[in-house]
Amino acid sequence: MTTETTKKFNIDTVENAAKTPDVELPWAELGLKQNEFDEVVKVLGRRPTGAELAMYSVMWSEHCSYKSSKNHLRQFGQKVTEEMKKDMLVGIGENAGVTNLGDGWAVTFKIESHNSPSFVEPYQGAATGIGGIVRDIISMGARPVAVMDPLRFGAIDHPDTARVMHGAVAGIGGYGNSLGLPNIGGEMVFDSVYQGNPLVNALAVGVMRHEDIRLANASGKGNKVVLFGARTGGDGIGGASVLASESFDDTKPSKRPAVQVGDPFAEKVLIECCLELFKGSLVEGIQDLGAAGISCATSELASNGDGGMQVELTSVLLRDPTLTPGEILMSESQERMMAVVTPENVEAFEAVMDKWAVEYSWLGEVTDTGRLIITWEGEVIVDVDPRTVAHDGPVYDRPYARPEWQDRVQADTFTGSVQDAGRPAAPAELAKAVTELVASPNMCSKDWITNQYDRYVGGNTAMAFPDDAGVVRVDEETGLGVALATDANGRYTYLDPYHGAQLALAEAYRNVATAGAVPMAVSDCLNFGSPEDPDVMWQLAEAIRGLSDACMVLGIPVTGGNVSLYNQTGTTPIHPSPVVAVLGKLDDVARRTPSGWREDGQAIYLLGTTGAELDGSEWANMRGHLGGQPPKVDLEAERALGEILINASRDGMIDSAHDLSEGGLAAALVESSLRYGVGARIALQDVLDRDGVDLFTALFSESQGRAIVGVPRSEEVRFTDMCTARGFAHTRIGVVDAASGTLEINGVESLSLDALREAHEGTLPKYFG
Amino acid sequence: MTELPLIGDAPGDAAVASRLAGARIGVVTFPGTLDDRDAARAVRLAGGTAVELWHADTELGDVDAVVIPGGFSYGDYLRAGAIARFAPLMSRIIDAANSDAKLPVLGICNGFQILTESHLLPGSMIKNDHLKFMCRDQVLRVENSNTAWTLDYIAGQEITIPLKNQDGQYIADDKTLDALEAEGRVVFRYVGFNPNGSRRDIAGISNAAGNVVGLMPHPEHAVEVGFGPETVVSRETGIAGSDTDGLGFFTSVLNKIVGGAK
Repeated sequence: MTTETTKKFNIDTVENAAKTPDVELPWAELGLKQNEFDEVVKVLGRRPTGAELAMYSVMWSEHCSYKSSKNHLRQFGQKVTEEMKKDMLVGIGENAGVTNLGDGWAVTFKIESHNSPSFVEPYQGAATGIGGIVRDIISMGARPVAVMDPLRFGAIDHPDTARVMHGAVAGIGGYGNSLGLPNIGGEMVFDSVYQGNPLVNALAVGVMRHEDIRLANASGKGNKVVLFGARTGGDGIGGASVLASESFDDTKPSKRPAVQVGDPFAEKVLIECCLELFKGSLVEGIQDLGAAGISCATSELASNGDGGMQVELTSVLLRDPTLTPGEILMSESQERMMAVVTPENVEAFEAVMDKWAVEYSWLGEVTDTGRLIITWEGEVIVDVDPRTVAHDGPVYDRPYARPEWQDRVQADTFTGSVQDAGRPAAPAELAKAVTELVASPNMCSKDWITNQYDRYVGGNTAMAFPDDAGVVRVDEETGLGVALATDANGRYTYLDPYHGAQLALAEAYRNVATAGAVPMAVSDCLNFGSPEDPDVMWQLAEAIRGLSDACMVLGIPVTGGNVSLYNQTGTTPIHPSPVVAVLGKLDDVARRTPSGWREDGQAIYLLGTTGAELDGSEWANMRGHLGGQPPKVDLEAERALGEILINASRDGMIDSAHDLSEGGLAAALVESSLRYGVGARIALQDVLDRDGVDLFTALFSESQGRAIVGVPRSEEVRFTDMCTARGFAHTRIGVVDAASGTLEINGVESLSLDALREAHEGTLPKYFG
Repeated sequence: MTELPLIGDAPGDAAVASRLAGARIGVVTFPGTLDDRDAARAVRLAGGTAVELWHADTELGDVDAVVIPGGFSYGDYLRAGAIARFAPLMSRIIDAANSDAKLPVLGICNGFQILTESHLLPGSMIKNDHLKFMCRDQVLRVENSNTAWTLDYIAGQEITIPLKNQDGQYIADDKTLDALEAEGRVVFRYVGFNPNGSRRDIAGISNAAGNVVGLMPHPEHAVEVGFGPETVVSRETGIAGSDTDGLGFFTSVLNKIVGGAK
């Protein structure tokens, strides 16, 4: 067959590859190492074709193969107790894990990174981050119901930070708002370590009935393989341009965007279209197209199913007819899905596509040959065992060692340091310090960001930022719902990766429990520097070990996630930033606990004890100090605190709860007061006496396992009895004072809520307009 | 459909509830519509029966009123509402709204934009003056309580419902604005804070007959306790809002349809 298309390329067929073993291939430019290329040749028994090289190079990349982290990630699958398994319906390895919610409901959630694209092109990078994670959720058969975005940017006053911040926030809003998914929370951190490498992570959560769970596999010989959604274009082809040597003509666009461009409208239509396919049980297997595009989808579907697939690549609908086979295989064009459909369902499938005006093309079918065969106008250009592409990539035992500087950093405590000089003590100084804290870049109000996101759409958002966790109703009949929180503290993890990662998990767990939900599952996005740096590799290994150990104690499994490596500027890595998302369940979202108090006269209790733990704190950070040991982790205490918060919420013993984390008690008191604009009178003498700390420490220490709760007078006895029975430290520290319009703390000058609000909410507008 | 009304004007009065449930309110879905399920829920919570309408339908069918919900129909590409306006169903809706029967039509957010693109309502929406998407709990004043969608409110009443949009700045020439004011067709005005630079703080307007109403804020997101703007004092105005201030839109039209069920 000779057409215009075939004339454009010198197609490198399998037959040709076997005949011309010595042809030079651009494997190094595509990111493969010599040993990896040799392995490809060994696996195939010949040199790869250009198209095969494209597939192996993207699928064996760090991003797709987890080659540096796989050996360590295994712990998440190994350190699993029966308690952790009981609600897990689908574990790690699929597009996203699935957890049983009861009443026939299941929930799936996952967090992923889109860091590098968001630095290069913040709007599209962040937008397509949302798009990608949402398609992962749809691939499981679920209706997406909410998104969240943990964000980490460079220094707030650096000129480039505004570029990244404006772009990323507008991209998340522009894409997410158009999908009809409420954005219910996230994080915002400014630190110069993220200057050349911001972290833009995205989480999506979806719900489904048990019978609707779908997996990414291609089974059933003779079933049809279909690609649908947007057309395939040249976007997202990073290194693949070197394959242009395949091309005869040099007239094609030479500079292709390495960052994908999103079309949220296409994604919204794709969501509805997929849900209609699921409803009619019209697909056997389904996979979204993200990183590595068709290479990934075909090889994963085939290797997870009966093992064989035949695909004609010229059937792919293109935006740009000049794309080479290798580029088509590597393209990361957004808003595409691949599905496996039985011949009987083909007509019904096409009817759904036509209803939603979604383009589709039938590419081939499932076979039982154990081979993934891709042809170009009938000529075989790929003939591989799909497992070797999707699962048998290289795995590295990267060398790692505790950095020589770690001891020095840990010995450099804040207390007594140069930066600690002039620590506030007098009432006026403390008032100024509290105000400075809540106006600081990391502690200030995130309204500037979250007001650009739709938190209402769907009508099921029971709680969103600035409360501790986002809460979404799943079942309108029963009120069944889920709560989600994400947390990470790069400074803690820098000081001690093992415990820092555990602190991230502990905080996310605490946030979910504070909302009144029972924590059930974990998804993590491990953002680290280069694994080829033994210091960084040690941080990664320690963080994974810490997280997996902590999950065992808390009794909740990791059901999925993502590893993002090489996050660094030059040779300087970011702080190790394991972002941990915890999902919890509420039997009735009406029982959720908001973070602020409202009712005049309610008692305010501090749960947990306070130590002198200022190392790595926001206060130390504001003073330019980073050293020492992060706060101590006590997972049993976290569990005990969680149970108190959950029981108190379920039994109506508390009306508000707010966890203590970054910024300590000072931040929590201000936030709980500002939430509804209702003040309080606080006296901390009992805490100072019991815990042996001074007022400054009581306010600014970041000791873990603590929360403040608002207790109605009628419930006080019941509540304190419960805490006593459970042996958990609790102190009445004050009362809600609705009329005052102030936050009064004994020993601290009176803080007017108006002034606090101005300080708290003024920071982001000041820098970003 | 036999959904039981959850909130009627006369709870416990089965006859009234049944009459309300007999009122059928169509909710239109375009590709890219987002708040259709929310609008349908609002209709149900108000006691009526929600009927799904598809943009490509060529007949309106048996409905007593129509809600065009919010979202980004056709991605808001070209201009918000500009493509949706040409959907086959829109021609039926325009005819029915202009007919003697005066079909009640409510356009919310993107629905409002579609109504202006359809020329059922005058003026247009452009990008917010601050150029950002904005989501907030917004205080509105009901200026006209005689439209099909505001009968259950009192003129001058202040309500709090969510606002969330990118292109919400209402504009029209002075002559049109003067006419709207003179004829009492400014139905809602922003109070305390104009969130998008709309002319004369206009949040929503009606046609001359009062059966077609469009507004940027979202009443369907303030119909259920625990899922709307919380009962908090507005920072700007000191006025307390409610989670269910938006329900009156839907009870108004239902009561009108069943003919003075009050």
